[in-house]
Amino acid sequence: MTDPIADLVATSETSHRPSTDIVLSMRRISLTLGAGARRVDALIDIDLDVAAGELVAVTGRSGSGKSSLLNVAGGLSAPTGGSVTVDGVGLVGMSQRALAAMRRRSVGVVFQDLNLLPTLTAAENVALPLELDGVRLREARRQAVAALEAVELGSMIDSHPDELSGGERQRVAIARGLAGPRRLLLADEPTGSLDEVTSEGVMRLLRERCDTGSAVLLVTHDPSQAAWADRVIRLRDGRIDGVSIRADVPVDLSELGR
Amino acid sequence: MAVKDALLALLAGGPCHGYQLKADFDAATGAAWPLNIGQVYSTLQRLERDGLVAADGDPDSDGRQAYRITADGREALHAWMAEPVAQPLATRDEVSMKVLVALATSVVPALEVVAAQRLAAMRTLQSLTALKSDSAGEALAWRLNLDRMVMLAEAEIRWLDLVEDRLEADGQTRTDNRRTATIDQAKKPAPRADRSVQKEPSP
Repeated sequence: MTDPIADLVATSETSHRPSTDIVLSMRRISLTLGAGARRVDALIDIDLDVAAGELVAVTGRSGSGKSSLLNVAGGLSAPTGGSVTVDGVGLVGMSQRALAAMRRRSVGVVFQDLNLLPTLTAAENVALPLELDGVRLREARRQAVAALEAVELGSMIDSHPDELSGGERQRVAIARGLAGPRRLLLADEPTGSLDEVTSEGVMRLLRERCDTGSAVLLVTHDPSQAAWADRVIRLRDGRIDGVSIRADVPVDLSELGR
Repeated sequence: MAVKDALLALLAGGPCHGYQLKADFDAATGAAWPLNIGQVYSTLQRLERDGLVAADGDPDSDGRQAYRITADGREALHAWMAEPVAQPLATRDEVSMKVLVALATSVVPALEVVAAQRLAAMRTLQSLTALKSDSAGEALAWRLNLDRMVMLAEAEIRWLDLVEDRLEADGQTRTDNRRTATIDQAKKPAPRADRSVQKEPSP
């Protein structure tokens, strides 16, 4: 018997997508943490595709498995079962070294844990993963500055993390995730400590990156952030509990003269 | 409705005839309140009757009469602006009723109602956000209207999340497969309908 919700999740047919160029594909993913009495099934039988040009948000309360899902998608956690491919390359069983190289090349990551290096400037922090991946210094700096300008930190490129506010540090981390030609962007509560207007700017940025061909997987507990997505997937106890697909025809605003 | 106060506010900037007032009103409010020219003129007549506006000079060559705000009109306008609006408390809507009745009666598990409503609210929120993402070049008034609609939709989702958390804290559970549960519930009325048919005398 087909499962209508699973079909919605796995389908590559939403009208907002320019192509069916699947960037991230997860099949029958399960993840078990701990053992014995402390064993937790963090993810159970998850199927999920994210195509180029598509923004998918994962919501759910804390402990629902949404961060685990993101970690598996980025190759940061190996699933207990199932397969993950990024641009057609299987991550399960890949060496740590190959995984790291793949992440640097194709995957931009914005996590809650900022991981900025204190001895490097904002621009150097953003450029570092590009340089590690063999981009020439000058070009890496150019891309880093462009990414910092996109998050309105153009005037802070030579500041060190301890000279920046919490929100500014978060924007540096976002710039680092966005710099370079990322096919897949993974974001975990990317706007956590930002005010409303700045958060919207960050979401706009993610949306734009998506519209120019990146696939974006966003984890958030915030409904207004999730609503930027083409599909919003709600997790509950490690399973997909509901999927909301953006309507082709927007809400009826005729009462408002539109 | 506060249309008359809004028109007074617009007239405080200088004398104006009805057509211009309507255009100014639409621009100020992001065209979110439908207002036709007939309403503008009937409102102006009431304001004139109450001494809050007065005819300003004679009608122009097109026969359009301009109005100006009076001293009493300015006083009424400032009183309106100074008085906070007493918002109705938004508790008596259909969503609350459905959730609460589901909870009280167990016709269907309340958490199912919550889940279905949350999906619908999220879809609305996605549509509003799509409009918002296209609204960068739009007037500030329209963007502020959108922000408000977004926040109201968001509030509904947050409330539904909270309902779920509270019910689960109280030990309520949802059936493992709510789709199956929904289908089961949908089947239930059928036997009743059959019985009622059987009770009727056969022709």
